[in-house]
Amino acid sequence: MADETSTSSAPSSRPEGSGSGGPGGRPGAGRPAGPGGGGGRKFFRRKKVCKFCVEKIDAIHYRDVRLLQQFVAERGKIVPRRLTGVCTTHQRGLARAIKQARNIALLPFAARY
Amino acid sequence: MQRTYEIMFIVRPDVLDEDLDKLIAGFEGNVTAGGGTVKSTEKLGRRKLAYTVKKFNDGNYVLMTIDADGSLVGEIERRLRVSEPVIKFISVRMDEEEKRVAKIKAIRATRKKLSAQPAAVPAEGAAAPAAATEQASA
Repeated sequence: MADETSTSSAPSSRPEGSGSGGPGGRPGAGRPAGPGGGGGRKFFRRKKVCKFCVEKIDAIHYRDVRLLQQFVAERGKIVPRRLTGVCTTHQRGLARAIKQARNIALLPFAARY
Repeated sequence: MQRTYEIMFIVRPDVLDEDLDKLIAGFEGNVTAGGGTVKSTEKLGRRKLAYTVKKFNDGNYVLMTIDADGSLVGEIERRLRVSEPVIKFISVRMDEEEKRVAKIKAIRATRKKLSAQPAAVPAEGAAAPAAATEQASA
Protein backbone atom coordinates (compact mmCIF):
# COMPACT_ATOMS: atom_id res chain seq x y z
CA MET A 1 0.00 0.00 0.00
CA ALA A 2 2.76 2.38 0.92
CA ASP A 3 4.49 1.74 -2.37
CA GLU A 4 1.33 2.45 -4.31
CA THR A 5 0.74 5.77 -2.61
CA SER A 6 4.31 6.88 -3.09
CA THR A 7 4.32 5.99 -6.78
CA SER A 8 1.03 7.78 -7.31
CA SER A 9 2.25 10.91 -5.54
CA ALA A 10 5.55 11.02 -7.40
CA PRO A 11 4.06 11.62 -10.88
CA SER A 12 1.57 14.10 -9.47
CA SER A 13 4.40 16.14 -7.97
CA ARG A 14 6.26 16.30 -11.25
CA PRO A 15 3.88 18.60 -13.17
CA GLU A 16 3.61 20.82 -10.10
CA GLY A 17 7.36 21.08 -9.69
CA SER A 18 7.69 22.30 -13.30
CA GLY A 19 10.49 19.96 -14.26
CA SER A 20 12.61 20.45 -11.17
CA GLY A 21 11.64 17.11 -9.70
CA GLY A 22 15.19 15.83 -9.95
CA PRO A 23 15.97 15.36 -6.27
CA GLY A 24 13.40 12.73 -5.44
CA GLY A 25 14.24 12.72 -1.76
CA ARG A 26 11.03 14.48 -0.79
CA PRO A 27 8.20 12.11 0.01
CA GLY A 28 5.70 13.50 -2.46
CA ALA A 29 3.66 16.66 -2.57
CA GLY A 30 1.79 15.92 0.65
CA ARG A 31 4.40 17.76 2.70
CA PRO A 32 4.02 21.54 2.52
CA ALA A 33 7.22 23.38 1.61
CA GLY A 34 9.42 21.48 4.05
CA PRO A 35 11.63 22.89 6.79
CA GLY A 36 14.50 23.57 4.39
CA GLY A 37 14.73 27.26 5.17
CA GLY A 38 12.99 29.43 2.61
CA GLY A 39 12.64 26.93 -0.19
CA GLY A 40 9.04 26.65 -1.31
CA ARG A 41 7.66 23.88 -3.47
CA LYS A 42 7.79 25.81 -6.70
CA PHE A 43 10.96 27.74 -5.97
CA PHE A 44 14.41 26.63 -6.87
CA ARG A 45 16.18 25.31 -3.81
CA ARG A 46 19.75 26.49 -3.71
CA LYS A 47 22.27 23.97 -2.49
CA LYS A 48 23.53 25.15 0.87
CA VAL A 49 27.29 25.23 1.38
CA CYS A 50 29.40 25.42 4.48
CA LYS A 51 30.52 29.00 5.01
CA PHE A 52 33.69 27.89 6.77
CA CYS A 53 34.71 25.51 3.98
CA VAL A 54 34.01 28.02 1.22
CA GLU A 55 35.70 31.01 2.84
CA LYS A 56 38.48 28.80 4.24
CA ILE A 57 38.02 29.92 7.84
CA ASP A 58 40.15 27.39 9.74
CA ALA A 59 39.87 28.46 13.34
CA ILE A 60 36.47 29.29 14.75
CA HIS A 61 37.35 31.51 17.65
CA TYR A 62 35.10 32.48 20.52
CA ARG A 63 36.28 36.07 20.26
CA ASP A 64 34.88 37.02 16.84
CA VAL A 65 31.34 37.71 17.87
CA ARG A 66 30.41 38.98 14.41
CA LEU A 67 31.04 35.58 12.90
CA LEU A 68 29.33 33.63 15.66
CA GLN A 69 26.28 35.86 15.68
CA GLN A 70 25.37 34.70 12.18
CA PHE A 71 24.82 31.22 13.59
CA VAL A 72 22.83 32.21 16.63
CA ALA A 73 19.08 32.72 16.43
CA GLU A 74 17.33 35.76 17.78
CA ARG A 75 16.68 34.16 21.13
CA GLY A 76 20.31 33.10 21.45
CA LYS A 77 19.97 29.51 20.32
CA ILE A 78 22.53 27.81 18.12
CA VAL A 79 21.01 27.43 14.65
CA PRO A 80 20.96 23.77 13.50
CA ARG A 81 23.12 22.96 10.54
CA ARG A 82 20.16 21.72 8.60
CA LEU A 83 19.19 25.37 8.31
CA THR A 84 22.61 26.96 7.88
CA GLY A 85 24.34 24.33 5.75
CA VAL A 86 27.47 24.20 7.90
CA CYS A 87 29.33 20.89 7.65
CA THR A 88 29.54 18.54 10.62
CA THR A 89 33.15 19.30 11.52
CA HIS A 90 32.67 23.02 11.50
CA GLN A 91 29.34 22.87 13.32
CA ARG A 92 31.11 21.06 16.15
CA GLY A 93 33.75 23.77 16.41
CA LEU A 94 31.13 26.43 16.03
CA ALA A 95 29.03 25.07 18.87
CA ARG A 96 32.09 24.95 21.11
CA ALA A 97 33.02 28.54 20.24
CA ILE A 98 29.48 29.79 20.85
CA LYS A 99 29.39 28.10 24.24
CA GLN A 100 32.73 29.64 25.21
CA ALA A 101 31.51 33.05 24.05
CA ARG A 102 28.39 32.65 26.17
CA ASN A 103 30.51 31.87 29.17
CA ILE A 104 32.43 35.14 28.92
CA ALA A 105 29.28 37.19 28.26
CA LEU A 106 30.02 37.90 24.60
CA LEU A 107 26.85 36.08 23.54
CA PRO A 108 23.67 35.66 25.55
CA PHE A 109 22.49 32.34 26.93
CA ALA A 110 18.95 33.54 26.31
CA ALA A 111 18.07 36.93 24.92
CA ARG A 112 15.61 38.79 27.08
CA TYR A 113 12.40 40.22 25.72
CA MET B 1 54.99 20.97 30.04
CA GLN B 2 54.51 24.43 28.58
CA ARG B 3 51.27 25.02 26.77
CA THR B 4 49.64 28.03 25.22
CA TYR B 5 46.60 29.40 26.93
CA GLU B 6 44.36 32.33 26.36
CA ILE B 7 42.96 33.91 29.47
CA MET B 8 40.19 36.42 29.01
CA PHE B 9 38.71 38.24 31.96
CA ILE B 10 36.22 41.00 32.56
CA VAL B 11 37.04 43.74 35.05
CA ARG B 12 34.18 45.70 36.58
CA PRO B 13 33.47 48.94 34.71
CA ASP B 14 33.93 51.31 37.64
CA VAL B 15 37.70 50.78 38.09
CA LEU B 16 40.03 53.56 37.01
CA ASP B 17 42.43 53.12 34.11
CA GLU B 18 45.56 53.17 36.26
CA ASP B 19 44.03 50.60 38.61
CA LEU B 20 43.26 48.38 35.63
CA ASP B 21 46.85 48.69 34.41
CA LYS B 22 48.08 47.85 37.89
CA LEU B 23 45.82 44.80 38.03
CA ILE B 24 47.04 43.54 34.65
CA ALA B 25 50.66 44.12 35.63
CA GLY B 26 49.99 42.13 38.81
CA PHE B 27 48.69 39.14 36.85
CA GLU B 28 51.61 39.35 34.42
CA GLY B 29 53.94 39.30 37.42
CA ASN B 30 52.16 36.21 38.71
CA VAL B 31 52.62 34.43 35.40
CA THR B 32 56.33 35.19 35.09
CA ALA B 33 56.93 34.39 38.77
CA GLY B 34 55.29 30.99 38.31
CA GLY B 35 57.60 30.04 35.44
CA GLY B 36 55.41 31.01 32.51
CA THR B 37 55.81 33.66 29.84
CA VAL B 38 53.36 36.33 28.78
CA LYS B 39 53.14 36.38 24.99
CA SER B 40 50.75 39.28 24.66
CA THR B 41 48.33 41.31 26.69
CA GLU B 42 45.52 43.17 25.06
CA LYS B 43 42.94 45.48 26.51
CA LEU B 44 39.84 44.98 24.41
CA GLY B 45 38.18 47.97 26.00
CA ARG B 46 34.80 48.53 27.46
CA ARG B 47 32.01 46.40 26.05
CA LYS B 48 28.40 45.78 26.79
CA LEU B 49 27.83 42.40 28.38
CA ALA B 50 25.36 40.03 26.79
CA TYR B 51 23.77 39.46 30.17
CA THR B 52 24.01 40.95 33.62
CA VAL B 53 26.98 39.76 35.67
CA LYS B 54 27.08 40.75 39.35
CA LYS B 55 24.66 43.58 38.61
CA PHE B 56 26.95 45.04 35.95
CA ASN B 57 25.84 45.49 32.37
CA ASP B 58 29.20 46.36 30.87
CA GLY B 59 32.81 45.59 31.60
CA ASN B 60 36.44 46.01 30.60
CA TYR B 61 37.62 43.00 28.62
CA VAL B 62 41.26 41.97 28.91
CA LEU B 63 42.88 39.19 26.88
CA MET B 64 46.18 37.57 27.87
CA THR B 65 48.02 34.96 25.84
CA ILE B 66 50.48 33.02 27.97
CA ASP B 67 52.76 30.02 27.83
CA ALA B 68 52.38 28.09 31.05
CA ASP B 69 51.85 24.65 32.48
CA GLY B 70 48.59 23.40 33.86
CA SER B 71 49.30 23.97 37.54
CA LEU B 72 50.24 27.59 36.89
CA VAL B 73 46.99 28.15 35.00
CA GLY B 74 45.15 26.69 37.97
CA GLU B 75 46.92 29.15 40.22
CA ILE B 76 46.10 32.09 37.92
CA GLU B 77 42.48 31.01 37.86
CA ARG B 78 42.42 30.90 41.65
CA ARG B 79 43.81 34.42 41.78
CA LEU B 80 41.27 35.65 39.25
CA ARG B 81 38.51 34.12 41.32
CA VAL B 82 39.57 35.83 44.53
CA SER B 83 40.46 39.21 43.03
CA GLU B 84 37.53 41.47 43.67
CA PRO B 85 37.47 43.66 40.49
CA VAL B 86 37.40 40.65 38.15
CA ILE B 87 33.79 39.65 37.56
CA LYS B 88 34.23 36.86 35.01
CA PHE B 89 37.04 34.96 33.36
CA ILE B 90 37.69 32.12 30.93
CA SER B 91 40.89 30.26 30.14
CA VAL B 92 41.16 28.34 26.90
CA ARG B 93 43.99 26.07 25.82
CA MET B 94 45.11 27.06 22.35
CA ASP B 95 48.12 24.94 21.36
CA GLU B 96 46.20 21.94 20.00
CA GLU B 97 44.01 24.23 17.94
CA GLU B 98 47.03 26.15 16.64
CA LYS B 99 48.73 22.90 15.69
CA ARG B 100 45.64 21.77 13.82
CA VAL B 101 45.34 25.06 11.94
CA ALA B 102 49.05 25.02 11.05
CA LYS B 103 48.64 21.50 9.67
CA ILE B 104 45.69 22.53 7.50
CA LYS B 105 47.63 25.55 6.25
CA ALA B 106 50.62 23.36 5.38
CA ILE B 107 48.43 20.92 3.47
CA ARG B 108 46.80 23.78 1.61
CA ALA B 109 50.20 25.23 0.69
CA THR B 110 51.38 21.92 -0.80
CA ARG B 111 48.15 21.60 -2.77
CA LYS B 112 48.66 25.04 -4.26
CA LYS B 113 52.12 24.09 -5.45
CA LEU B 114 50.78 20.94 -7.10
CA SER B 115 48.09 22.87 -8.89
CA ALA B 116 50.61 25.50 -10.02
CA GLN B 117 53.05 22.98 -11.54
CA PRO B 118 50.73 21.34 -14.10
CA ALA B 119 49.51 24.79 -15.07
CA ALA B 120 53.09 25.90 -15.73
CA VAL B 121 53.94 22.85 -17.87
CA PRO B 122 51.17 23.31 -20.46
CA ALA B 123 52.01 27.01 -20.62
CA GLU B 124 55.57 26.11 -21.64
CA GLY B 125 54.24 23.51 -24.03
CA ALA B 126 52.00 26.13 -25.58
CA ALA B 127 54.87 28.58 -25.83
CA ALA B 128 57.15 26.09 -27.58
CA PRO B 129 54.79 25.35 -30.54
CA ALA B 130 54.18 29.05 -30.84
CA ALA B 131 57.90 29.61 -31.14
CA ALA B 132 58.09 26.76 -33.68
CA THR B 133 55.36 28.31 -35.82
CA GLU B 134 57.12 31.64 -35.64
CA GLN B 135 60.30 29.99 -36.90
CA ALA B 136 58.32 28.24 -39.63
CA SER B 137 56.74 31.49 -40.74
CA ALA B 138 60.10 33.23 -40.65
